[in-house]
Amino acid sequence: MSYWNPVEVMPVPELKALQLKQLKMLVYKLYTFSSFYRQKMKEAGVTPEDIQELEDVRKLPFMTKKDLRDGYPDKLFLASPREVVRYHASSGTTGKPTIVGYTQNDIEAWSESVARGLVSAGVGTDDVLQVCYTYGLFSGGLGLHYGAEKVGAAVVPASTGNTERQIDLVRDLDVTVIAATPSYLLHMGEVAAKMGVDLRKDTKLRLGILGAEPWSERMRDRIFERLGIKAIDIYGTSELSGPLWCECSQQNGIHVWGDLTLVEVLDPKTGEPVPPGEKGELVVTMLQKEALPIVRYRTGDITTVDEGVCACGRTHPRIGRIQGRVDDMIIVRGINVFPSQVEHSLMQHQEVGNEFQIVVDRKGALDTLLVKVELRPEAFGDRVFELDAIKDRLTHKLRDALNVGVNVEIVEPGSLPRFEGKAKRVVDKRVY
Amino acid sequence: MSENDKYRIKQLSIFSENRPNRLGAVAKVLKEGKINILGFSIAEGAGYGVIRVLVDRPDVAKDLLIKDGFVVKFTEVLAIQMQDTPGGLFDLTDQMKDINIEYGYGYRNPPYAVLIVRVEDIEQGIRSLLAGGLSLLDNVTFH
Repeated sequence: MSYWNPVEVMPVPELKALQLKQLKMLVYKLYTFSSFYRQKMKEAGVTPEDIQELEDVRKLPFMTKKDLRDGYPDKLFLASPREVVRYHASSGTTGKPTIVGYTQNDIEAWSESVARGLVSAGVGTDDVLQVCYTYGLFSGGLGLHYGAEKVGAAVVPASTGNTERQIDLVRDLDVTVIAATPSYLLHMGEVAAKMGVDLRKDTKLRLGILGAEPWSERMRDRIFERLGIKAIDIYGTSELSGPLWCECSQQNGIHVWGDLTLVEVLDPKTGEPVPPGEKGELVVTMLQKEALPIVRYRTGDITTVDEGVCACGRTHPRIGRIQGRVDDMIIVRGINVFPSQVEHSLMQHQEVGNEFQIVVDRKGALDTLLVKVELRPEAFGDRVFELDAIKDRLTHKLRDALNVGVNVEIVEPGSLPRFEGKAKRVVDKRVY
Repeated sequence: MSENDKYRIKQLSIFSENRPNRLGAVAKVLKEGKINILGFSIAEGAGYGVIRVLVDRPDVAKDLLIKDGFVVKFTEVLAIQMQDTPGGLFDLTDQMKDINIEYGYGYRNPPYAVLIVRVEDIEQGIRSLLAGGLSLLDNVTFH
């Protein structure tokens, strides 16, 4: 087996001992030097001496997006300005952006994390990797860039936009690996077809490092069938550094490097751990981050965790595919609905395309749920009753999956909005 | 190839969602392509419709519509000639009672009238309509 760093296959007991040692050091450091964390720990009645085993992490207070916003721009930083070598910022759609600073060691640990993931997915010095994530304040582009350069791949920093040029680059530079959002990759496939380029035959693309939006196993299959690209799921958020972890070539969970990170999966309501294998909110402690320390950060992402050793031999915990956002969750007539459930159901029907839109409205006192989906041209055949049958099948499927009444609207291909960044699938028209 | 193939007429079937003026968008494409419409109907489904059109140059029309983003299919239909007098339709129905008709629409084309039908089995439909003494229009009449 080839790996980037021997720590990836460290025996589990040793890894846990290493994590405990790092956690103790982190808490001691924050309690001593960070007024923000000392204050929070005092409020929670916890001191560094209370951390005696790994499970004691649960005694520590949570950190939320609000803490980061309130700390704008750098109130939560532990490093001095002269130690900071870079800033990224989150999009700030709901007010002030959150600023994340990085020391040289932070950049190094971040690149290391991405490099390990890329190697585990099969990326090496012979590869040409095109980064179709935005370069700039968004951490996606530069995160992938540094990781890929570290492993010695040739990087094409294409960023986003101008899809025709992106496709020309893929073909002309013999790009083998593409890092993009899954919906953008499928969009590239559509545009390539219009240009007369068959990504499967006319390019050397073999691997996609896909993330920054929720997607599904069906979408993975679809990407492989249509474009011949093996799809690897990658995860990270700017608060934690950026894109950090991805699946190995086994495609069975995202390896979270335990020497850098401690993960918990908790019930979003109670804050208690969920039973093994069950869905919950991903809560992350970054064990080595310097400029902006992160302890028990509530990511808002819904996932599962598997502590077992991977078939690839790596011993670090794996998180499952992100299945939704705690705050993207829409509550329709008291039922929790995740856009990912809708996506998963639709993917099982070849008559409709990848894009969909969920419209929630309220008629009188009753919430209504409408799912708009694009008809695939091959599924159309002149007869109205065949269209009605497709609509009925989708309606029943969604009703079964969501446990709530739903209407389906079949629309023309290409008529729903396309997104180059995070897809906005939900339109909530309810007035509260 | 059967000698009856000349009675198969290429109809354009266009998927249309419920959005304002989709019909106008179809008509605009045909106008700009200088395509003449010979027969026409709209079928309504649950939140969408199917626009069915007979045109003089179906292949060109199909390409133009697809280029404009429409979902378009060819469907084979039959054109039955009727008397343009009271009872003209009734005179046909006796010969059509064993044929499963999926849908139909008519238009007047003096001195006669025309009934367009989609039948379940087109080859069998042609044979029994001809055997019943009805006259079918040759597709060269349209294209």
